Amino acid sequence: MHYTLLFYESAEDFSHRTDPLRKKEYLAGWSHYVKALRESGVVVSGNGLHSPETATSLKRHNGKMLVQDGPVTETKEQIGGIFVIDVPDLDIALKWAARGPVNTVEVRQNIPPME
Amino acid sequence: MDAHHAIEQAARDSYGRLVAYLTIRWRDLHAVEDALADAFLAALKTWHDNGVPNKPEAWLLTVARRRLIDRARHDQAQDDAMQALIEMAKEAQELAFSDTAFPDERLKMLFICAHPAINPHVRTPLMLQTVLGIDAARIASAFLVKPATMGQRLTRAKAKIRDGHIRFELPDAKEWPLRLDAVLEAIYAVYGSGWDDVAGLDPRRRDLAQEAIYLGRLLLKLMPDEPEVNGLIALMLHCEARRDARRNEKGGYVPLTKQDISLWSETMIEEAERCLGHAAQAGCIGRFQLDAAIQSVHAERARTGRTEWEEIALLYEGLVRLAPTTGVLVGRAAAVAEARGADKGLALLKEIPAERIKSYQPFWALTAHLSKRMQQNEQARSAYSRAIGLCTDPSIREFLKQQARQV
Repeated sequence: MHYTLLFYESAEDFSHRTDPLRKKEYLAGWSHYVKALRESGVVVSGNGLHSPETATSLKRHNGKMLVQDGPVTETKEQIGGIFVIDVPDLDIALKWAARGPVNTVEVRQNIPPME
Repeated sequence: MDAHHAIEQAARDSYGRLVAYLTIRWRDLHAVEDALADAFLAALKTWHDNGVPNKPEAWLLTVARRRLIDRARHDQAQDDAMQALIEMAKEAQELAFSDTAFPDERLKMLFICAHPAINPHVRTPLMLQTVLGIDAARIASAFLVKPATMGQRLTRAKAKIRDGHIRFELPDAKEWPLRLDAVLEAIYAVYGSGWDDVAGLDPRRRDLAQEAIYLGRLLLKLMPDEPEVNGLIALMLHCEARRDARRNEKGGYVPLTKQDISLWSETMIEEAERCLGHAAQAGCIGRFQLDAAIQSVHAERARTGRTEWEEIALLYEGLVRLAPTTGVLVGRAAAVAEARGADKGLALLKEIPAERIKSYQPFWALTAHLSKRMQQNEQARSAYSRAIGLCTDPSIREFLKQQARQV
């Protein structure tokens, strides 16, 4: 069964990516986790995402497309990375989510590809 | 004592008894829980004005029974169901006006929860809910399960109980060891879920360790001479005795061998030793006794200043024969490494099938630790990384990172 783990990061977490003092530690946290995921053989795909201020959002309003800088919704925590994993059930997917180096994770089951 | 507190106390003491009593007579656990919830709500109102009655259980039973009657009428229940309620009414009357203590049928309830027909994954949650009245959402968080899923699993288990797939009698002598083991395992799983929260950051999970000991003590009260029940209590108390020593002032994880023995609870260790001694008198060894004996050897460090690793390694040999779980295999490797050398420990780790340790964090932490000691630095770094990646507890993660930096 495929599950998507959406890792949310706070503004502080995002700032650690570029902070010379915190950068190494931040990246190490992810590399340990990614190593564990890969070597356990559960990864389908995965990527880190650039910070939310680099996002571009498109919203169609009254038939007109509006292009904006920044994420679609302004919330305290934004998606910082995504992993799709292949595990037998949701219990195991949640266990993997709990191992991630962030404080907020959302887990959803993927809809199987259409025939 | 204010009314609210008194009701909480009564709830604590009576809830499990009432659920057990009513379920065994009524079978429909879900209806019983609903009826009791109404009864406690009524108690909150009435007792606040009139004080807590002499026999809170009898009072609660009377109200709960009335709710069950309403429900039975509404569902147009069959005659035998009404008959059961009439019997209960008589008993409730007798209980209210006699000196007899309220019957304690929680033992039966524990065996029902750990019945072979109940999915092993739901046995522990079912116990927490029926005997202790803990709600599904809290149980779900403690076991890292989706709350809706937990709710469904509990509902399915309750349907099995209601539909008569489960005998309500205590198991006979032939079945006894296996059935008791299932009960003990379910209680130990409660302890484990509270224990994993090393940092003690989550009070709800810390409380679960207390709940496990409560269940263990309850079982001990009902079966004081059963060696494995004594073994389980001894095991949990030995671990619990070290709770304060498991963290330093900054909340960081402290491994067992580095713990400050002055922070260990002497009273708990003494009680654990008494239980273990009592268990030994039966002359029938079991996995909980063996595990408790291992903890007992660790506890001796408080007196002798050293750990007898060879003794621990031998106890693990016995445990491997009785219960070769992945945790036990890793524990044995750790003890053998201390007693006979890191290379011997690593060799034992290599024997464990890869499929079992793929995502088992303690295996990778021990591999890293022993590789470091053998100065196999590349292997140590790789294993530390994997152990850190598999960690769910931030304080252990920090501890492993520190260890990794020393490679």
